[in-house]
Amino acid sequence: MNWQTLVSAFFGDAHSVVRTGDLLSGSGTVGGQTVAVIGTTDHAPIGVELALAQARCVLDTVKNFPGRPILLLVDTQGQRLRYRDEMLGINRYMAHLGCCIALARERGHRVVGLVYDQALSGGFITSGLMADACYALPDAEIRVMRLPAMARVTKISEERLQQLSESNPVFAPGVQNFVAMGGIHSLWQGDLQAQLLAALAAVPHGDARAADGALRGGRKLAAAVAQRVRTEAIPA
Amino acid sequence: MNRSFAESTARERVQHLFDADSFQEILGPGARMVSPHLALLGVPSSFDDGVVVGRARLGGQTVLVAAQEGAFMGGGVGEVHGAKLVGLFQRALIEKPAAVVVLAESGGVRLHEANAGLIAVSEVMRALLDVRALGIPVLMLIGGANGCFGGMGLIARCADCVVMSDIGRLSMSGPEVIESSYGVEEFDARDRALVWRTTGGKHRFLTGDCDVLVDDDVAAFRAAALDTLPCHRALTLDAMEQEHALLADRLVRFGECTDGAQVWQALGIANPLAVPELDARGVRALQTHDSDVPA
Repeated sequence: MNWQTLVSAFFGDAHSVVRTGDLLSGSGTVGGQTVAVIGTTDHAPIGVELALAQARCVLDTVKNFPGRPILLLVDTQGQRLRYRDEMLGINRYMAHLGCCIALARERGHRVVGLVYDQALSGGFITSGLMADACYALPDAEIRVMRLPAMARVTKISEERLQQLSESNPVFAPGVQNFVAMGGIHSLWQGDLQAQLLAALAAVPHGDARAADGALRGGRKLAAAVAQRVRTEAIPA
Repeated sequence: MNRSFAESTARERVQHLFDADSFQEILGPGARMVSPHLALLGVPSSFDDGVVVGRARLGGQTVLVAAQEGAFMGGGVGEVHGAKLVGLFQRALIEKPAAVVVLAESGGVRLHEANAGLIAVSEVMRALLDVRALGIPVLMLIGGANGCFGGMGLIARCADCVVMSDIGRLSMSGPEVIESSYGVEEFDARDRALVWRTTGGKHRFLTGDCDVLVDDDVAAFRAAALDTLPCHRALTLDAMEQEHALLADRLVRFGECTDGAQVWQALGIANPLAVPELDARGVRALQTHDSDVPA
C-alpha cells in the first residue's frame, strides 16, 4: 500500500503528512487525538542523513508536543551500504534514532510502529522495533535476508531451509513469522483507522515480545533464558 | 607481561580484566543452554551460545559482565545469546551494580537464526537503555578480532562509554557486504589499511565515537574500565539534542571526505598520514574532541 493511501485511511483529509525525499513527516488527527507521523517510503536505504532526519522529527515532537503519540511508518531496504556512511559512523546515527524513540517513550509518548511495505535488518531495529508495539500489514515483507542468501551463508541448501522454515519461523522471511516470534504484535487488516485507535489505546507496558514469542511458539527459549539470567541465584 | 585482548578468549578476558577470582558465571556451560536452531541446520552448537554472562568485581566494585566469544559464529547474536544479554541488563535493574560491562565482539545478528537475532538486538537495546535510565552506567569494551558490527555496533553506541583498542573495529555493515553490493571501487574489503582507517579504533577515537583508546592489552582495558566506571550519561532531551547537534555538525565538517585520513586532516591533525603508525598513546595525544565522559 502506498503511503498516501495509508495515511488517508488513518486520518482522511485531517493530516499534514508530507514526503521530503524518502522521509515522511507530519501529523494527523483521529478520534479526537493528534498523532505525529514519522517514517520513510520507497524502500528507503537508511543512511546517516535519513537516520538523523527521523531523529529530528522525534525530538521536535518531544520538545513541541509533549505526550503526543507517535506513529512510525516503516518502509526500508535496511541501512545504506556505502563507504561514506561507515566512515561517518552510521551505527552512531542509527543508534541515536533508536535512543530518541526510547526517550519519547520514557517521557510518556505512546509509540506505535507499522511496517506497511518492507522492513529489513538495521533499518528496522532502530525504528519500528524500538516502538512500544510494532504492527504490520499482511502483505508487508520483513526479513534479514532472503533464503538464497541465507543458503550461501549457512552452506545449507535452499530446499532444506525452505523445509525447516515451515516448522520454524526463525529461518524464513515473512510477517507471520515475526508475529509468531513476538516481534510484530499483530497484523492490521480491515478497518485501519480502528486498528490504529485500538493500538494507541492498548500500548503495552514494558517489553513483552519475548513472552509473546514463547506464548505463540515462535521463540520458545528467549523469555525463559532471560528470566533465568535475571533471577538465578549466584552463590555469595 | 602484555596479554593480547584480541588473542584471548572471552573467558580469558573476563578472568584477567576483573578482580582476581571474582567472576561468577550465570547460566554457564554446565547449564548447556544451547541454540535450539543450529542443531536443525547440522551446525555445531556451544554450551554457552557464544556469550559469557555473570557478576564480577572491578576495583572492588560489583559489576555485571557479558563477554562475547568471537570464535563461536563470530559472536553472532542468536535467540539464546541475545536473551542472555537481555536477562543480564534486566538483572541490573534489580541488583543495581556499579556498572554493566560488555566485552563486545560480534558480527551482529547471527544469520543462521536471523529473525530471532534481529528482534533480540532491539530487545537488548531497550533493556540497556532501561538500565541507563536508572543511572547505572553501561561500558562497551571493543578489541576482538571480529570487531563489533551490525546490530552489536548499534548496541555499542547506546552505551554510556566505549573503550576500544587500536586494532578493534566498530561499524555497521562489514566491508565485504558493501563490496559485494557496490563493488570493489566502493569499498575494497581486502585493503586492510583502508578498513582500519574507516572502522578502526584510532578513527573512532579521533571522531569521538570511542571515548578511550588503548593498546591491545587486557591490563590496558582493565585500567580504562576502572577509569571510566563512573561514566553515566543521562538520557535527557538536552543530552539527545547535544548528540543530535554533534552528528549534524559531523555531516557538515566531514560529509565530503572520501577517506578516514581526510577526516583526520579536517580535524586539524597536522600529519594525518602518520596516524596509522602511531601507538595508542600517540593517538591519544592527538585528541581533538572533548571527551564526553566526566572525569
